[in-house]
Amino acid sequence: MKLLNHTLSYLAVMLLVVIGAWATIFYVNMLDEIQDSIDDGLENSKLLIIDKVKEDTILLHKTDFMESNYAIHAITEETARNYHEAYLDSTLYMQNEEDNEPVRILKTAFRATNGKYYELQIVSSMVEEDDLIEDLFFAILWLYVALLASVLIINNLLLRRIWKPFYHALDNLERFKPGSQESFTPVSSNVNEFSSLNKTIASLLQRTTETFNSQKQFIENAAHELQTPLAISINKLELLTEKNTLTEDQLHEIGAVINNLERLTRLNKTLLLLSRIENRQFPEVHSIDFNALVNRLVTLFTDLAEFKSVKITVIDKGTLSGNMNAELAEILVSNLLKNAITHNYPGGFVEVTVDGTGLSVANSSGSAALDATQVFKRFYKNSPEKNSSGLGLAIVKSIADYYQLSVGYTHNGRHQFTIRFPEA
Amino acid sequence: MKILVIEDEPDMREVIIDSLEKEKFLVESAAGYHAAMDKVAAYDYDCILLDIMLPDGSGLSLLEEFKKLKKRDSVIIISAKNAVDDKVKGLNLGADDYLAKPFHLAELTARVKSVIRRKTAEGQMMLELNNITVDTGNRVVYVAGQELALNRKEFDILAYFMANKNRLINKTALAEHIWGDGTDQADDFEFIYSQIKNLRKKLKDADAAVEIQAVYGIGYKLAGR
Repeated sequence: MKLLNHTLSYLAVMLLVVIGAWATIFYVNMLDEIQDSIDDGLENSKLLIIDKVKEDTILLHKTDFMESNYAIHAITEETARNYHEAYLDSTLYMQNEEDNEPVRILKTAFRATNGKYYELQIVSSMVEEDDLIEDLFFAILWLYVALLASVLIINNLLLRRIWKPFYHALDNLERFKPGSQESFTPVSSNVNEFSSLNKTIASLLQRTTETFNSQKQFIENAAHELQTPLAISINKLELLTEKNTLTEDQLHEIGAVINNLERLTRLNKTLLLLSRIENRQFPEVHSIDFNALVNRLVTLFTDLAEFKSVKITVIDKGTLSGNMNAELAEILVSNLLKNAITHNYPGGFVEVTVDGTGLSVANSSGSAALDATQVFKRFYKNSPEKNSSGLGLAIVKSIADYYQLSVGYTHNGRHQFTIRFPEA
Repeated sequence: MKILVIEDEPDMREVIIDSLEKEKFLVESAAGYHAAMDKVAAYDYDCILLDIMLPDGSGLSLLEEFKKLKKRDSVIIISAKNAVDDKVKGLNLGADDYLAKPFHLAELTARVKSVIRRKTAEGQMMLELNNITVDTGNRVVYVAGQELALNRKEFDILAYFMANKNRLINKTALAEHIWGDGTDQADDFEFIYSQIKNLRKKLKDADAAVEIQAVYGIGYKLAGR
């Protein structure tokens, strides 16, 4: 949810509460005021009627409301003495509405000039409460909608313009990648918060870039420092083996040393590759045709597979392409292939399936199911293969993480590793 | 054939020089930026091996200087970095090849011979030993004047052996040269044996006066018979 709409949702709830409370108070007060003024009118009518009765005693026999708004009944003195004047809410049949309508009644007692006691009832028509509530409800609903609409419009026109530097900074941050040439361009704003936000981001990114560069420098230097002594050792031993004075046993021993130095070299290269992937030092991205890549690498591995008597089949179920660094895409696929060929038995198979959303490599193997939570960890080894570095699948995992691909392992009589591209 | 080795590490320099001298090259060396500049300005070389990280200047700027001097010497960059951008930069600046440390001496020899062959006049692309001639330009092998049919890998292996004739070739070096870097984690290079076996048989059937000797635990050696 966007920030602007987020505030609007809080505002909507708040407005509903405030306007609702206001409407209730307003309604109660208004009703009270109306009743007050009706009661005043009834009081006034009472005085007028009693005065009129003094002059015209015929009126004392008007026992029904009929066309006027009062009625008079004779009562005993006893009743009159205990009489309490009262205002009542009641209903009365109205000719025009053809229904019982709410009325206000004033009941009082008085002594006429003839010395007898009478009860006087005066009515006045009242507000129809349900109609009033309905009218008020709709008025308030329209007010509420109008308020929200105007807030929405103000948000979109005014606030959007005010928040522009913020969205610009956000957009810039999303596109920022340490090591790439694109730098952060702050937008000038006369709002203090925004200009300080921009400044903070700029300095943070600069520090990140510096750290990234120094780390990259360190990795490269470390590589240099290790590779050169390794190169000298291997090459000196190679020259030594060419001396004709050595016995076969000595040659064999030197061969073993060279093999181990080569393993050390590969380990060094692989660890460097892992840290370069994790430092995201592969910025160049191309659209990779995975069908072609798989077929090319399978051809490359034919000799190794034939030596191991493993049969490789490729099943193209659909075309798969994705944006990746070409070097990493090749390492990803070849590590999976190599893994499947190496951890196999003579006469076994490797089956590569490519479809529109991903690729999977399945292989036969003498070993039981691997621990799916451990299999992608560095230096995880579950085979007697003495030369296995235990890093091949760790590299697969870190390349997959780099490009937000999902990578999974399942065992169903055969080992299967699956790479899935995220849904577009 | 004159070769200049620009490398600051004394042991590395020495081992490269020893190896190249076995191939009857005339080898000179420079330990740093300025020494290299002096030598290149004064003499012409058939091939220059250039370490990119020198203590007193960058190998890449040295490469730019060579260009300004309008030198046509072949240059092979040797680097411990193996960073793709360095490789691209170097090749764009006119280097002929790029070799990452650590490398095998057999690979260095093959690369040096290859860039020199590319620079020399057409028709000089031949590698010869006894009655075998390998034409690397047209990718054809002749045994006593008769063409010998080889598949792509067999040809690559023989050409590699011919470039390193009478030298002991490490089997890892051979595997990486023929099958590429992708195999470098297979760790087990015994699979190249079947290719060698086929090649041996073809050479023997054609009466080639060479043999591929196996040195147990290390690799192979092509020698005349």
